[in-house]
Amino acid sequence: MIRRRTLLTTTAGMLAAPAILRAQTVQKLTFYYPVAVGGPLAAIMDGYCKAFQTETGIAVEAVYAGDYSATMIKAVTAIRGGAGPQFAVLLAAEMHSLQDQDILVSLDDIGLDADARKWLDGFYPAFMANSHADGKTWSVPFQRSTAVFYYSKAAFQDSGLDPDKFPTTWAELGDTAAKLVKRDASGKVTRWGIKMAGDLGNAQWTFGALANQAEQKLMNDAGNEVFFSQPKTIEAMAYWRGLAETHHAAPDGVSNWSQLSPDFLEGNVAIIQHTTGNLTNLRDKAQFPFGVAGLAGKNSPHTVVGGGNMYFFRSATPAEQQAALRFARWVSAPERAADWSIRTGYIATSPAAYDTPALKEYIAKFPAANVARTFLSVATGELSVHENQRVYKALTDSIQACLNGSKTPTQAMTDAQGEAERILKPYKRA
Amino acid sequence: MRRETLHAYLLLLPALILLVAFTHWPALETLIDSLYSTPHGARPAPFVGLANYSDLRDDPVFWQALRNNAIYAAATIPASIVLALLMALAVNGALPGRSALRLAYFIPTMLPMIAVANIWLFFYTPDYGLFDRVLGWFGGGRHNWLGDAATALPAMIAVAVWKEAGFFMIFYLAALQTMPTDLREAAALEGSSRWNYFRRVTLPLLMPTTLFVLVNAVINAFRVIDHIVVMTRGGPDNATTLLLYYIYETGFRFWDTATAATLTIVLLGILALTAWLQFGVLGRRVHYR
Repeated sequence: MIRRRTLLTTTAGMLAAPAILRAQTVQKLTFYYPVAVGGPLAAIMDGYCKAFQTETGIAVEAVYAGDYSATMIKAVTAIRGGAGPQFAVLLAAEMHSLQDQDILVSLDDIGLDADARKWLDGFYPAFMANSHADGKTWSVPFQRSTAVFYYSKAAFQDSGLDPDKFPTTWAELGDTAAKLVKRDASGKVTRWGIKMAGDLGNAQWTFGALANQAEQKLMNDAGNEVFFSQPKTIEAMAYWRGLAETHHAAPDGVSNWSQLSPDFLEGNVAIIQHTTGNLTNLRDKAQFPFGVAGLAGKNSPHTVVGGGNMYFFRSATPAEQQAALRFARWVSAPERAADWSIRTGYIATSPAAYDTPALKEYIAKFPAANVARTFLSVATGELSVHENQRVYKALTDSIQACLNGSKTPTQAMTDAQGEAERILKPYKRA
Repeated sequence: MRRETLHAYLLLLPALILLVAFTHWPALETLIDSLYSTPHGARPAPFVGLANYSDLRDDPVFWQALRNNAIYAAATIPASIVLALLMALAVNGALPGRSALRLAYFIPTMLPMIAVANIWLFFYTPDYGLFDRVLGWFGGGRHNWLGDAATALPAMIAVAVWKEAGFFMIFYLAALQTMPTDLREAAALEGSSRWNYFRRVTLPLLMPTTLFVLVNAVINAFRVIDHIVVMTRGGPDNATTLLLYYIYETGFRFWDTATAATLTIVLLGILALTAWLQFGVLGRRVHYR
């Protein structure tokens, strides 16, 4: 008996040995990240990875995986297939549905010392709103944004408007956008007043801002209830549709997110609602003076936060998880956050980053870079519920039906509410 | 068992193993999965019988996908086949620059669908895309081709026809090239008109090719959705959601594997039915030399 037990222990020890060895020396990490805007984001990311490797000896392979929803699909598929990344940048709003998948590891479970907790407290609270559940922290803010308006000052002047005075209410915005429309002799529109994205994956973000402008939240904190058919939500939908239907300031039907920047740069549209993460891209490419403004609201400006957080996966070994966390801390350090903000336009994730000389100097030179941050206080969280993608689709289908004129705002939002309630039913019982 | 039978099966074995491992077994597994609910986390999925199928019956998006796919198939299949035949006839005869023309017709087939979709994305761009520019010269207005529920599906159909016709043309061209010239001489001696010759001789001789092309066209109508992913993602409001795209979305975006399995079985059923119709009914009427 003793001999057999000894044998067993020795074998177990031998089997465990490679795991321990691996745990001690993490050489390589893989993470997936999305790019939602134009510009050389991939090159910047690779630069960070290289710098991190020189400093720590850990090679981090950053895999560009498409836009937010493609990255989500690829990461989850790879993890289910047993060959996933150790961590990934995914939509901050995916927390509930990633937990449904049961693939996340919380930062608390990876291990947080006092120093690390202080680091987490250093982020803007608005950016941590989508990170807490069950008393634990599940993600780290990385490329965070708010929705802002980019407007062509040239178009404003051309239409006899003051380019330094951007509308702050819905009524003013509707009038301004209508005035910005330019037609040729035959009555064909050569420049639209305003465009907002209504395609799948972006419509819910655009709409989150509009609902907040009517001072209506779209979901509860538990992520199992939505408020799509509330009167104020319907009002927000009616306003969006009205930009095309009554103000004739926007084209009928759905405009695609990826089309907005080229449209704007071509002078085809005077105002676009886009992410602050697009700022540097537009600054580098625009041939005309443009401005950045906070989104108007029904009565006063309101917006929505967005962007991606870093999530860590349970399928990684504890040592890999720790190494990934180390990378997250490294990349979110004030100097790096400032650098990322300058080179992309995303809002730096911590107030400390705005105290760095680099960012201070940049803002002094280019005040537009500071606009998004000043609207953080009137920003709401992005729509975030269980079965997130499914609810997004239900809402987007209805929004598109309304923008196409096939459903009234009331009908569209009632349908979206019904469908979302059906999807979320299992999560209400729990 | 007779010796030859054994030999035959041994020879078939490698192909059979591949077929069973990658086609039949997954199909069977899918059928079983469609009878269970979607597993959540570590919890095992309970057996639900035909509940997934009755849920599907109440799913409006499923019916819309089915309707879209029917329209898509009914438009792309005949259009691409007729176009392929016309192109093949055009480049079969002796005319200057024939090989350049053949190449031009074939180029869409050589491009990957993702690249094709991105090119067409530009064609369809409202205001300054190719189509709106060209229509603008003739006084046409602006079209939100992909953002308007009325034009989105026809736009997808046009891409598919453009992409497939060149591929099918190759088969027709090959068949036309092997057609014996003495038939034409005989017909000429009889004083038969060109149209009569085409209808009575060429077309019947092309029937085996047509059947082959038809089978491929039907499969492609249900199988090729790359352009949907790139261009519309099934929108606006499901106007371009095809069955396979809906399966992809349900399976990999929503991770509702049970519904995705159920949808897959429905798709398999449709494909099996059309294959049976084609080979069983049409196949008997095809004249093979």
